[in-house]
Amino acid sequence: MTPLFLTSDRWYDIRDLGNLSRALLDAADKILPGGVVYVLAALIGFVASFLLFVLPSQLIIGVYGERRIIGRMQSRLGPNRVGPFGLLQPIADAIKLIQKEALTPTQADRVVMYIAPIIFVMPAVLLWAVIPFGENMVIADIPVSLMYFLAVSALPVIATFMAGWSSNNKYSLFGAMRIVSMAISYESPLVLALLGAVVMSGTISLSGMVAWADEYTIWMVFVQPLALVIYFICVSAELNRTPVDIAEAESEIVAGYLTEYSGMKWGLFYGMDIGYALAASGFAATVFLGGWTFFGLEEWVPGWLIFIAKTHLFYFLFIWTRGTLPRLRADQLMAFAWKFLLPLGVFNLLIVSTERMLWAEQDYAKGLIYVFALVNIVLSVGLVYAWARFNGYRPERTPTRPRLVKQAGGYIPVGERP
Amino acid sequence: MDGFGVSLAFWVLAAITLVAAGGVMVSRNLLHAVLFLILTFVGVAGFFVLLSADFIAMAQVIIYVGAIAVLVLFAVLLTPRASRDNGETRWALPGVLLSVCLAAIFLFVIHDTAWKTRDGVPQGLSASDLGTALLTTWVVPFEIASVLLTAALVGAIMLTRSPEEEAEDALA
Repeated sequence: MTPLFLTSDRWYDIRDLGNLSRALLDAADKILPGGVVYVLAALIGFVASFLLFVLPSQLIIGVYGERRIIGRMQSRLGPNRVGPFGLLQPIADAIKLIQKEALTPTQADRVVMYIAPIIFVMPAVLLWAVIPFGENMVIADIPVSLMYFLAVSALPVIATFMAGWSSNNKYSLFGAMRIVSMAISYESPLVLALLGAVVMSGTISLSGMVAWADEYTIWMVFVQPLALVIYFICVSAELNRTPVDIAEAESEIVAGYLTEYSGMKWGLFYGMDIGYALAASGFAATVFLGGWTFFGLEEWVPGWLIFIAKTHLFYFLFIWTRGTLPRLRADQLMAFAWKFLLPLGVFNLLIVSTERMLWAEQDYAKGLIYVFALVNIVLSVGLVYAWARFNGYRPERTPTRPRLVKQAGGYIPVGERP
Repeated sequence: MDGFGVSLAFWVLAAITLVAAGGVMVSRNLLHAVLFLILTFVGVAGFFVLLSADFIAMAQVIIYVGAIAVLVLFAVLLTPRASRDNGETRWALPGVLLSVCLAAIFLFVIHDTAWKTRDGVPQGLSASDLGTALLTTWVVPFEIASVLLTAALVGAIMLTRSPEEEAEDALA
């Protein structure tokens, strides 16, 4: 690819920010004594990543944006008092949380309760190591980065379990048991869905997937729509976001595993929930939406801006489902994972493997992928509809007034059937 | 295996893994033992990374930390009185005997094996090599393992079916 008007070694080419920082460091190296420039590089990296990613993502978009958007969806204002438009509300919240006393129950397991929030924070930071923000903008470009992401996202489950168990509270323990069973149930359809994307692109490196989307000029979401739907549902279950947040369901078990937590210990759990949702959105944007590429737009616009935009598109979907959908029951969620998502994932894997074989026989012809995309979109809609009918879910076409599920002739669990 | 960073990583990982493994043995609380076991698994995954076996390291974390350890935690939780103070048991003497025998076997093997040392960076097994090997040379064991797992899954479902569901199936 030849750049059109930005030549790639000028300092004002900010597409991957490497030229700018190199120009800065070269200038600094002439003035400062040798060696200090490395310290300066680390400082620039820290400040830049904080200003570019952590501050807008975590504080402004994460806490503030989520509360404002949910407020709008629920016909209220949301935070609007502290600072202009309430923008300083997250900072005020953080100051308040730091001041509050972090209580520990007498009968609690003190050490485990103390280290659980720390273990919860670590993977949220580690996850970003393998996500490519732009061309040459990935911290660790390891060949198995998709598996790395899955492996690291298995760790917070243990932290939440530690939090729930060590509190020595029945409701905390219920929350911990629920989150463990959810994580086990939803891990298998999640991996099956991602396997579809891996089989299609033939790589388990996230940079490789971005390169695949760029080479064939198509996003994975068009080739694997069912995989994206399954991934989105599973990841919101694992992240414990509201439509499926049975592990901290306020109406059932106080606050689940967070019942005994207060102060900044609670604040770490709350803040990192948003961090995990953002990391999952960034992962989905990389795998399913082509990462930092946008059909040639990355020649003009910095790739990291495209990536951040796509990440926040997914994050908006998370907020939207959180603001609009009611909470499901624990047994409904388990049944949904095993009876609905897992078979659909297996069907999807069968389809994508067949297509991959056909594609390999045609020598990976570029035009064939668009045919696959059309076929897969039709097949996905058909599969979801057919499997729902087979399972006995019968959605009402044009509901005019609210009715009970039983009256509408919908799905009734086996034990409650007349 | 050269360079200060690699050596430092090796010794730090060795210390973490060994201390965690010791913690598994000496902690009186069964749940603490499981948490130490998880730390041991993570340390072993670190050794795989040091040997350039990235794929195996990730698989180690996903399978052992993400699945097996969580299942062990679940099993401990579902066993009442198992989690709090589990130190005294009348199986202490047989346990000590068994572990001494095991340690003797391991020491014998370690001492008698002719260990070869290689210079340079170890060449790790790439994921595509592993996939090709599993689906060509070792396809029969691979498929037998998956049939075994499916059988276990079906068996677990059969064990947990409620009488109502059985009755419904008999009617249909």
